[in-house]
Amino acid sequence: MGSPTDSTAEHEDGAVNRRRFLTFLVAAPTLTLATNLAADAIAPGTAEAVVSILPQPAEIMDLGDVLILAGTPTAHLLVLELTEDGEAHFELPRAEVGQGITTAVAMLVAEELDLPLSKVRVRLADARSELLMNQLTGSSNTIRSVYGPVRQTAAAARARLIAAAGKQWGLSTDRLVTRDGVVVAPDGRTATYGSLTSLAAKLTLPGLTATPKPESEHTLVGTPTSRIDARAMVTGTMRYTLDLDVAGAKPTMVRRPPTINGTVRSVNNEAAVRAMPGVIDLAVVPAGVAVMAATFGQALDAKNALDVTWNGGTVDALSDADIRLRLRAAAPPFIVPPLLTQHVDAEFDFAFVSHAPLETNSAIADVRDDRAEIWAGLKSPIVAKQTIAAAIGLPEDRVTVHVTQSGGSFGRRLFFDGALEAAQISKAMARPVKLMWSRIDDMRHGRARPATHHKVRATYALGRVLTYEHRVAAVETDFRHGLGEILTATAAHLPVAGNLSFAQTVFLTTVKVPYDFGVVTELLNEVPLKMHTASWRSVYSANTRGAEEILVDELAKRLGKDPVAFRREFLKTGRQRAVLDKVATAGNWGRAMPAGFAQGVGFHDEYKSCTACLVEIDARDPKKPRVVKAVIAADVGRPINPRGLEAQLLGGLTDAIATTLRAGLHIDRGLPLEGSYSQFHYARQKDSPPDVRIFILPANGEPGGAGELGVPAAVGAIANAYARATGTRPRSFPINFDVDFTPFSR
Amino acid sequence: MPTYTFSVNGKTVTIDAPADLSLLWVLRDKLGVTGPKYGCGIDVCKACTSHLDGEAINPCVVPVSQVQGREVTTIEGLADGGTLHPVQEAWLEQDVPQCGYCQPGQIMAAVALLRKNKNPTDAEIDAIQNVCRCGTYFRIREAIKRAAAKM
Ligand code: FES
Ligand code: FES
Repeated sequence: MGSPTDSTAEHEDGAVNRRRFLTFLVAAPTLTLATNLAADAIAPGTAEAVVSILPQPAEIMDLGDVLILAGTPTAHLLVLELTEDGEAHFELPRAEVGQGITTAVAMLVAEELDLPLSKVRVRLADARSELLMNQLTGSSNTIRSVYGPVRQTAAAARARLIAAAGKQWGLSTDRLVTRDGVVVAPDGRTATYGSLTSLAAKLTLPGLTATPKPESEHTLVGTPTSRIDARAMVTGTMRYTLDLDVAGAKPTMVRRPPTINGTVRSVNNEAAVRAMPGVIDLAVVPAGVAVMAATFGQALDAKNALDVTWNGGTVDALSDADIRLRLRAAAPPFIVPPLLTQHVDAEFDFAFVSHAPLETNSAIADVRDDRAEIWAGLKSPIVAKQTIAAAIGLPEDRVTVHVTQSGGSFGRRLFFDGALEAAQISKAMARPVKLMWSRIDDMRHGRARPATHHKVRATYALGRVLTYEHRVAAVETDFRHGLGEILTATAAHLPVAGNLSFAQTVFLTTVKVPYDFGVVTELLNEVPLKMHTASWRSVYSANTRGAEEILVDELAKRLGKDPVAFRREFLKTGRQRAVLDKVATAGNWGRAMPAGFAQGVGFHDEYKSCTACLVEIDARDPKKPRVVKAVIAADVGRPINPRGLEAQLLGGLTDAIATTLRAGLHIDRGLPLEGSYSQFHYARQKDSPPDVRIFILPANGEPGGAGELGVPAAVGAIANAYARATGTRPRSFPINFDVDFTPFSR
Repeated sequence: MPTYTFSVNGKTVTIDAPADLSLLWVLRDKLGVTGPKYGCGIDVCKACTSHLDGEAINPCVVPVSQVQGREVTTIEGLADGGTLHPVQEAWLEQDVPQCGYCQPGQIMAAVALLRKNKNPTDAEIDAIQNVCRCGTYFRIREAIKRAAAKM
């Protein structure tokens, strides 16, 4: 361990958000630097800063943690190594699930090091318990939390490489520059980073300071860049969990109960199933009956052939109608009576929605007597590791958890139920296990966005909105994946009154009305039903803000105003109005449309970013509406990779099309009816607009969150367009939600 | 157990397998060809889309007995050595993939479409059923048009 490089990642506008990070030289043959993710300026400046956003790990670690981490050789969060062949290897303690963070982080490293992007490798770190609560991918926080530290680490590496070249040439470092992976002397001599890395690793450089480039000098960051892993994806060489070749790990599937959380009473034909072709082993585990076979095809046949008697589950009697009644009863009451003022009241219902990532829940586990190794796509690997260690009776340091790149998440992979189940099966069978959930199981026994009920009331007079109340009742969202621990640990610091539940804290820190609507109150009440829920891209905002955007259109109508003009008038900042103006102009707002067609607009502001969405819908057949055009504008403060951001917004738009118009789960006597994409109608090409235009506004501050931003504005825009095109007032989502299929047997 | 001989990406393979084992699991579990992905197993999601004698098929519902003596091409066999197929090139140029899981199937479906129809209309592109849960459809559409222009 060398001495820390004291450097600052300073935002161009000066003192605001100035943060310092400690960077350490790691004792290694080649130049390796590590930086703490936690800034030493930990305390948020104002209470408001905490309320308006979900606290980032960097903001909630206290000083004691920082010092303990800084003093522990293994405790550094971001590790950058310069190899002898001139590459930069970076270990990222986050999960890549398609959101493009590895590309954005590689861009930051390449920029700061003056190294071609093709020479930067980003690897997903294994679960590292010493990171405490700092290894969680969620709340759109990756870029926000690593932007400063990544740049600083790379800047420190660059400073050391320059120092090494200066030493080698006997030149003062201020005469040297870097370019394309080499240090250049005034006389034109060059030395590659690869040739300098071992010297740079050895130099004693007390008091070396390194400051990241000013953002005005960025040439790569902020320019549209393609994903670094796209080639592997289009050639089929990308390895997802089930593509890994782990010695001895055989295909395994689980027969699951006919209702959620049911358990096995007895297996009635074990001998017959064991005798089926290819079957290797069978074990009863908490989730059901696991079968291992030579191929997944045979494991699936064996699972289907099992005759099992089941105990009941936790919600056997529940169907949609009961859930809806309970939600309606649970919505907190309004405060403002509608007696003396003009008002708009509306109630909305949103169905359960499956996360349905295309790669089903899957994991590999190799559990031995004295150690275990796990491979899975995990967004909260530390909690996964702790829980798995406890469940299989091993000390935590005997469990290794590898984070693999995964086929989508949308919130699903915050949970590690697949990894835990694989470990339990591996222990029971005493063999390595390659576990795959069937699609049907993934949809029926996997997780879902909870159903919600909304009551909204706005009062108005003389062209002003006086009060705005939004009451949400939701089936409880399960946050037991580590975010709970993070917030519980800091609950004392959160300036929210009284004894709020964890979910209410999340609700209050993420959902806010962007309009100047007078006295605003938004409250959440959760109904605890023992079902498998999880936050779904944009958590509460898709429904809550989506419903609000619908009400905004209705309010505008009451006040005799155009929806865009009304929003412009009531939005609070110029930044917000700029994205709205952009879509209104680029989307030709107000143009005449044929009967059955209409435009709709929506706005959303979250995680220090804001966006507007304008869509055109063809609803000539109200049962088969299609969004035919979308125009989106977003201001994310500082775009790292505009191309990646556009991809995220496109994904959010598609999610909104699906969940607003057709995709949801029906709960029937304790189990979702839907079991595949032929029944859960996630959008396909024919539902997706052939004309999409996305505008990313220029940088004007620090990076905001963007992974979840796109959904709520698009939900509002689509619902509003549908309402206008059909002359209806949509209140229940998805709008077209018939059971148009024969469910699979249970 | 019966034996089957067929070609996979230009190489002849011989395997022992039950007649009704689907080609998807023969490829993935017996031959280690993991480009075709499982997403549903019942010909709904199309993530496994590959080619049989040049036509798009869904190996999750094709029993191995049906491919005896025939030519199977998966995403791994599309490029010509280091030279990508124009559809793969177009996919990179449009930066289509997000999680990437559906993309082998999407690309194989697009290649099959372009073989039949050099200049597909929007309505013809709409007929592609492959699910992309990351919602990359618009970029897929653009990439197909770009590939059509190249080819
Ligand atoms: S896995 Fe073959 S179509 Fe879904
Ligand atoms: S890119 Fe993720 S499913 Fe298509």
